[in-house]
Amino acid sequence: MVLAAPYAVYLAVIFAYPFGFAIWMSFHDYFFAAPGAIIEHPFIGLDNYRAVLTDPGVRQAFGNIGVFLVINVPLTTALALLLAVALNRAVHARTFLGVAFYVPYVTASVAVVGVWLFLFNANGMVNTVLGPLAPDPSWLVNENLAMPVIALFVTWKQLGFFILLYLAALQNVSKELYESASVDGAGAWNRFWSVTVPAVRPATALVVIIALITGANLFTEPYLLTGNGGPNGESASPVLVMYQRGLQQGEPDFAAALGVLLVIGVLIVAYINRRLIERD
Amino acid sequence: MPRWPTVLRYVVLFAGALAFLFPFYYMLIGSLQTEPDTSVAGAFPSGGLTLDNYADINSRVDLLGSLVNSGIFTGGVLLGTVVFGVLAGYALARLRFRGGGTLFVLVLLVQVIPFQLLLIPLYVLIVRGYGLADSYLGMILPFAINTTAVFVFRQFFLQLPDDLFAAARLDGAGEVRILWSVALPLVRPALLTAVLLTFIGPWNEFLWPFLITKQADMQPLAVSLANYMSNVASRAANPFGAILAGACVLAAPAVALFIAFQRYFVSSDLGSGVKG
Repeated sequence: MVLAAPYAVYLAVIFAYPFGFAIWMSFHDYFFAAPGAIIEHPFIGLDNYRAVLTDPGVRQAFGNIGVFLVINVPLTTALALLLAVALNRAVHARTFLGVAFYVPYVTASVAVVGVWLFLFNANGMVNTVLGPLAPDPSWLVNENLAMPVIALFVTWKQLGFFILLYLAALQNVSKELYESASVDGAGAWNRFWSVTVPAVRPATALVVIIALITGANLFTEPYLLTGNGGPNGESASPVLVMYQRGLQQGEPDFAAALGVLLVIGVLIVAYINRRLIERD
Repeated sequence: MPRWPTVLRYVVLFAGALAFLFPFYYMLIGSLQTEPDTSVAGAFPSGGLTLDNYADINSRVDLLGSLVNSGIFTGGVLLGTVVFGVLAGYALARLRFRGGGTLFVLVLLVQVIPFQLLLIPLYVLIVRGYGLADSYLGMILPFAINTTAVFVFRQFFLQLPDDLFAAARLDGAGEVRILWSVALPLVRPALLTAVLLTFIGPWNEFLWPFLITKQADMQPLAVSLANYMSNVASRAANPFGAILAGACVLAAPAVALFIAFQRYFVSSDLGSGVKG
């Protein structure tokens, strides 16, 4: 059909072909050459994958993402659900509150990273307020704190979007369930756990998957907030390593294999998550 | 007797709002101070505010040129998404055609393929293959038709009653005419939501334009500001002031648009789009 044709061609050129190219590249010895030069890219089997899996920087980056997810995912789900439930039943100032919650989500990471740098640098306001309790070395240059600060930043930045998702899910929870729970003598806390939480479970599954994909895509924050994944690579993310190895050091085949492994990793964790959250 | 649950609810909500808004307030205050003052009192200055930092960042980064680049990048994506995305969404929702089912499966698959996997091959193709480094076309191409928007458009067109289309066809209207005169006017508010959501993407995008623009005069503001932050800032007199001034310029258009149209930014439309 003519109407859909431009989009179909676009998908083929921008998604399908590069997708195949990425997989092809990961099994071949691919490198950048002078324009116009005709060079062979011999098939080398799993060599790229072997190189990726034995690379200490890659292992560290995956470990960092693990730290990120352990902090970001529970914090995001808990805070987003809490604020969505509160906002859903609020009568006053809804517009103001809504705008306040979504503003970080619509703002560029690069812009808000600037403020976080200002807040969390060694002489920043956070340390001024903490006084003698300020960590040494400071947040963004501390090996143990750099990744948690990034996780906190991303939670703060993305929370509005997840609140929006939960708000949509809460519209579908039937009022009768709450009423019958009240009749049975359940308090507010019990109603929350036995009615709200199970009812928004599909939304929770979605929130966890999107948070996971966001984490796997992490680049801007470790690049800017902690200065190229520092200190000592303790906040490097897989995508940052892909950029460093693939484009800065000219090993696109290595980066392609890393990309394939990253996607497989996301799919496995998403599958486990699905089994855990959607089981009955 | 005070209603404690209600009081508690508003305490939680306003504490959340404060946590979300304070950094933005601080961004603005910091951009207006001559010297960075990181004490708590420094966040509430009584005077001495100046626009010097804006002049400073403008002398190091071509603010206007960068804004124009951001605008062209975002405008190109919006144009591609609205024109071809609406056509594709309409076709997927309302027309039976050969390959339609396959195309829809492909749309679903694209949402699963993460951008980071395509990063390296797209770079090789667009920069090395087509020679589109430092060009608007190269910047726009990977985002030209937003798949999520196609999804949302399809959802909107599906919700319209079938009789409407049957009647229009009976009257002899062609598909393009039905789309233009019947379907589009009915989904106009929803269209605005999709356009707003699409706007945020390229305006805020950093990684892709960062990879393919090496010339400063082609960089969107997010890229030139980030480069300033990582390279030049250490040599400036008041680096944070200049960074925060640039951050305000980058944030202002998106925040202003969002506040102006916030009533279109509603959960139901977005929810239906994401749920597919």
